[in-house]
Amino acid sequence: MQSSRNTLSSLWQTLFGDPIRAFGVVSLLLLISLAIAPAKNHFSDWRHYQKQYLTLIRSRGEAIALQRHFKDGIQQIWLPELGVVDRCTTCHVGLKEASLVDVSTQPFRRHPAIPHPIDQFGCVMCHRGQGAATIVEEAHSSTLAWEQPILPARYVESSCGQCHRAPLTGTPQLNLGRHLLARYGCVNCHTVKLPDGGSMRATDDAPSLSHVADKTTREWIYAWLKDPQAYAVSATMPNFKLSDPDARDISAFLIANSTPVPGDTLSAGGTAQKTPPDPTAGASLYGESFCASCHAVQNAAGNIVGGDIGPELTRIGNKVKPEWLRAWLRNPRIYDRETAMPHYRFTDQQISLLSVFLQNKADSDLLANVHLDAPTPEQIAHGKTLVTEYGCASCHEISGIKKPENFAPELTHIGSKPITQLIFLPGMSHVLPDYISAKIRQPRSFGLALKMPQYSFTPAQVDALTTALLSLTDRTQSLPPPLTVPAPPPSNYRAAGKAGRLIDDLACFSCHTINGRGGDMAPDLTWEGSSVQRQWLKDFLKNPNTLRPALIRRMPKFNLSDSDITELTDYIMTVYQSPAFDRDSMPPSGYPPAQVEQGKQLFYSKYACQSCHIVDTKTDKGYIGPTLTQVGSRLNAAWICHWLKNPQALRPGTIEPNRNMSDEDARALTAFMMTQKSSGRQGAKK
Amino acid sequence: MSRLLLALFAVSVILANAGCARKPAPGTALKATGFGSALVESSGSKQIGATGTVLSQPLVVQVNDDQGNAVTGALVEFSGPASVRFDPSAGLTDSSGQLSTNVTLGSMAGRYRLTASTLTKAQKKIDLKIEEIALGYQQQVGYQLGEKFCARCHNPESTPERVSNFDNLEVKPHPFTEGDTLNKMSDADLTAIISHGGPALNKSALMPPYGYTLSKTEIQALISYIRLVSDPPYQASGTVYAQK
Repeated sequence: MQSSRNTLSSLWQTLFGDPIRAFGVVSLLLLISLAIAPAKNHFSDWRHYQKQYLTLIRSRGEAIALQRHFKDGIQQIWLPELGVVDRCTTCHVGLKEASLVDVSTQPFRRHPAIPHPIDQFGCVMCHRGQGAATIVEEAHSSTLAWEQPILPARYVESSCGQCHRAPLTGTPQLNLGRHLLARYGCVNCHTVKLPDGGSMRATDDAPSLSHVADKTTREWIYAWLKDPQAYAVSATMPNFKLSDPDARDISAFLIANSTPVPGDTLSAGGTAQKTPPDPTAGASLYGESFCASCHAVQNAAGNIVGGDIGPELTRIGNKVKPEWLRAWLRNPRIYDRETAMPHYRFTDQQISLLSVFLQNKADSDLLANVHLDAPTPEQIAHGKTLVTEYGCASCHEISGIKKPENFAPELTHIGSKPITQLIFLPGMSHVLPDYISAKIRQPRSFGLALKMPQYSFTPAQVDALTTALLSLTDRTQSLPPPLTVPAPPPSNYRAAGKAGRLIDDLACFSCHTINGRGGDMAPDLTWEGSSVQRQWLKDFLKNPNTLRPALIRRMPKFNLSDSDITELTDYIMTVYQSPAFDRDSMPPSGYPPAQVEQGKQLFYSKYACQSCHIVDTKTDKGYIGPTLTQVGSRLNAAWICHWLKNPQALRPGTIEPNRNMSDEDARALTAFMMTQKSSGRQGAKK
Repeated sequence: MSRLLLALFAVSVILANAGCARKPAPGTALKATGFGSALVESSGSKQIGATGTVLSQPLVVQVNDDQGNAVTGALVEFSGPASVRFDPSAGLTDSSGQLSTNVTLGSMAGRYRLTASTLTKAQKKIDLKIEEIALGYQQQVGYQLGEKFCARCHNPESTPERVSNFDNLEVKPHPFTEGDTLNKMSDADLTAIISHGGPALNKSALMPPYGYTLSKTEIQALISYIRLVSDPPYQASGTVYAQK
């Protein structure tokens, strides 16, 4: 100790022994400390990368051009309107250099093609991270002082969703995620407010449980509650992981709480046929009625085949009561006024065939082990408590139970949630995307008492949902309206009068879009009145024939009465008219033969329409567009002419290319088309 | 002074030990119970997915022995460029000799060369090369447009949902994967034939023009997609990401 003290005091003596020497030493120290800042600057990350970049480009052929583009020093993109100060381009120097296509080392890669110029959007709008930081780690990862790490590339589409509210071609994952949020009813429990003031609406279409005892048995409800996917693999209902007694009590309550549908509806379905009908006839009626356009069935290979508008029917026989099924097939709108199922006008014979066919779609093992004793009042009361606690009424209508408000945490700002407010599981990386995706995959792993049920999403679906949720940021809500791209407002168009009631009854909107409302399975009918001829429409409604033979989803036959057909035809021909042209401006026939011949030449040579369409069934094979053998009896001449000149103007998004056709060519082709009549095809050849 | 040094040394030794202790203990890795002599792909290669996303189908490989019988319990390891993730990245084959893994592609568009490997009884390593394709934003747009406007004729494969028109055409279109033909065409040629139809390059009029239907950006996107999926790969197209 003594020796080290001696050393120190001698050191002091040497440095500060006399005033001049002390002055010199202090000045030196001061100089050194002044040099710290410039030195830090000199040895900073970005200088290192800029030097590396210069070395990289020196040996390249286009070195001079690259050298000219290169700017020394800290670069910055400043966008006051968006609150963006991005210095990323200080190190990422080659982002805009198209010739750096072969460079794969970061930070010198060029940026892949995107629709927005980097100068106008900056980097953090899409990638997140700390734009103002000039140190690699602070810019990219979540270090002590910074909250916002870089968004993993797999979720980058979420950033598009901050401004774009409608689906985009380039963001399939975001589109899917938003669809799933609505389709699986996530937004029934979790409110998601939209910047325009509305809220995201669910499309899960969960059935009302107020009359459920009419439809199914307590045993089925029990089995369904225990594991919905055991009944139907594609079911959107999640698994609540209920204990046996809880499932028993909920099923007891739902049956006890159910009231019959007003009126004697079940016996109206007719009685079961004594002799079992031909099973193949039931299957072919199922096919002819195009049930598979909306309903799926799991085939022997385990694949789900069919549409997803209606519920999967693989084991429907286990679920529904025969008398309910017959009443439903007779008129589904009595049990559920808003159902997407059309009211087929089936005959008694057809109802019997179909109901037996469907009833046979059953799995004898499904309910084999379900044995429930008659419920006690306590069990029913407990069931009611459970139904309230689990928020069943968020999705399902249940008489006597109100739809809960704010049942689950609101997700309007989930994409900007500070990490400090989250509770992570041990072993999880502390970043928001991982937290969200873990919550979706295994909600109960965050605590057994949590109510959120278990969904059976695929890894791709979880990523899509995470992407959609990450798009719900503070910026989504706060962006000035001129900078956002809103979705078209949802249309609640309804047709008026008697025809309107028929259109609702036949659930036309389930497949067709009219005035912005409806499905996309079948053609948009907004301007159908300008498009088709009255007689063809009447015949088609009576007996829909095949316009596009390659399609597996076609218009079913509804067995409409003549008066219903006249009503619908009149309405469509009068109301669904395009303002773009006069329907009657061109005659249905009587075109000069020379013009017809010219049209035929154009059809087969210049425009080669036969690659997609069939006019002569002997020679033409095109299977993409509708068959045109009878187009002269189907479409209006003026519609054809305008369609040929610009198909997308009449039906946005149609795949027939715009040929930029001259008026003369379009008229000649129209003349040729109008000779293709249902009975006059031979006449055209004369 | 020396005590100070001693203390510093002690602290550094403790730190170094702590650093070592955090490393996973060896021996917990999977132990192979079977050994094969061949590694084949069962399904899941040549898939097309968006950058950074999980491929829709898992990658399944199978280990066989000399007689071509499936081997159970063989250790298979997957590897690829650093940005690609496998779940799981290694595992033992099941009773049918197969191992399946979910592949998450890297963040750049391009072709990803992946490797599956297993050891023979003689501890010789067998590799299986697999290729997957990642679409960036531009190729993704091209893919969607291609599916909507082009695939009905250019893709000979039919599904119940989309019946191919390929067989109905007198002059057969080139599938987008047909690199032998398409790689010889320049970007300008492809732009011309898409915009102005077959006759622009003295080819069949059955190929209609899309220049008035698609925008320039959309046609560019379509071409970048075609370039990415062509087989053999298009030379000037994006980087190939492979393990160093």
